[in-house]
Amino acid sequence: MAEVLLEIEDLTKRFGGVVAADGISLALPAGELHAIIGPNGAGKSTLIGQLTGEVAPDSGRIRFGGQEITSVPVYRRSQLGLARSFQVTTLFPDFTALDNVALSVQAHSGHSFRFWRKARREAQLREPAQIALARVGLAPRAASLVADLSHGERRQLEIAMALAGGPRMLLLDEPMAGMGPEESARLVELLRALKGAITVLLIEHDIDAVFALADRISVLVYGRIIATGDPTTIRSDPAVREAYLGEGAADG
Amino acid sequence: MTVASKPPVKPGWSFGVITPRVGLNIAVIATLAAVPVYAALTGNTFALTLFTRVVILAIAALSLNLIMGFGGMVSFGHAAYLGIGGYAIGILAKEGIGSGFVQWPVAIGTAALYALVVGALSLRTRGVYFIMITLAFAQMIYYVAIGLDRYGGDDGLTIYHRSQFDGLIDLSNRTAFYYLCFGLLLVGIYLVWRIVNSRFGMVIQGARSNERRMRAIGFPTFRYRLVCFVIAGAMCGLAGALLANHTDFISPAMMHWTRSGDLIVMVVLGGMQAMFGPLIGALTFLILEEGLSRLTEYSNLILGPLLLVVAISIRGGIDGLITGRRGG
Repeated sequence: MAEVLLEIEDLTKRFGGVVAADGISLALPAGELHAIIGPNGAGKSTLIGQLTGEVAPDSGRIRFGGQEITSVPVYRRSQLGLARSFQVTTLFPDFTALDNVALSVQAHSGHSFRFWRKARREAQLREPAQIALARVGLAPRAASLVADLSHGERRQLEIAMALAGGPRMLLLDEPMAGMGPEESARLVELLRALKGAITVLLIEHDIDAVFALADRISVLVYGRIIATGDPTTIRSDPAVREAYLGEGAADG
Repeated sequence: MTVASKPPVKPGWSFGVITPRVGLNIAVIATLAAVPVYAALTGNTFALTLFTRVVILAIAALSLNLIMGFGGMVSFGHAAYLGIGGYAIGILAKEGIGSGFVQWPVAIGTAALYALVVGALSLRTRGVYFIMITLAFAQMIYYVAIGLDRYGGDDGLTIYHRSQFDGLIDLSNRTAFYYLCFGLLLVGIYLVWRIVNSRFGMVIQGARSNERRMRAIGFPTFRYRLVCFVIAGAMCGLAGALLANHTDFISPAMMHWTRSGDLIVMVVLGGMQAMFGPLIGALTFLILEEGLSRLTEYSNLILGPLLLVVAISIRGGIDGLITGRRGG
């Protein structure tokens, strides 16, 4: 078995009376594509927030690549190789697609206290950014302002930005939300191509995509993981069927 | 090369092609360069005085544009840096230290240090809170200046000798002083242009656009914003040093909160994120102010609403009007 890249231990988070994370434990071996599914309000986004560092857990520990990162700030986690895409698209609208990805490359190439050279002329930043754009199929749109990109293209750009930093792990927060079937299919292909090369934690409502892609799936209900296993096991798990798949499959 | 085939560079960063904007910038630069000639030919020294003031306040507005326009940090206490720079000159002059080689670095350094403290405490807040903290600090400095009895308190302090740069330049020569200020403004614009387009500038602009996102992709944004804040403070401290030398006088009024408001208006009026916006804004603002005050004693009743209309109707300021760009 491959070494464990991400290890979550007994993670707990309460918001007032609501338990968003109730003793979550999970270990992801390097290279795995692990999906987390669950009904709305199950605590999926809170889990992502805790992994990226935007939400501080009440208790529990997170280790990444053997290093304890529970209280490491957001930007450091990114620099350690834990990249994320956002659920609500939050790109820089007045920059071009290439500018956006180049910023991501820049974040991972030393400090930015460089005041003189023109960043838009630096091949060190632009070339890896071009490659990341090509990888998600956005190369023809490199010079377009983000404001002019379609919803699906922005999602692709999100992933290009996450990839551009050369991460060890991707946290994808509902990358298919709001996409048409064609765009979804293209994204599934992209994620399939990444499989094995990068560890992925995928949070997604599109059940078909999840079952097509995931090595393993965890089902999160009311902040608690009620089952973890390969797609076949999860599909036939009675507790899962009762808690989630029945209603979740209906509302998509 | 047609416009369509150009890469979509953000307006304000392109210096290469003659556009209406470049035309206006060249016209403004040429006019400013010719002011002393006009003053000498006509004997109109008032024009020289007015335009010296324009150029100095343009440097202050330029520094504000760096943090407010490009960095999204709306400082409502920017006049404090003018005051600190000015008081550094006045206090040192009063204490018998007349050398500009001492006075100016002290003015710039003190303003930078003040920016470091204010920035460290304010940059963790956002929006209205940030505006209020920068204002509160500026008010504090304002009242400190009023309390400085030895340096004139509320009445201010006359500076009897301008900063001395022996053998280099005589600041009491008004033409030489004007060209020094003008040169510093042009150098300042060039520096801001370089900074904004550098890696550092990308981080600053990214943090304006979406700071949360910047942290998520791996930038410790706070330290970059703080350094940007300090650079702007230092630049405005220099403007304060120039202003004290220009008026031969310092007083708490230099850093009254309405002066901070004037600087914001200049930046917005000229066009945020436009390299020459602060200069054009300062020029328009001061000439309007001067012209209207000659027409009527109620000039502010006209100037205020006029600026309001401009700010609301053309969001990119004068620059936006010329380039057809909406404000951002």
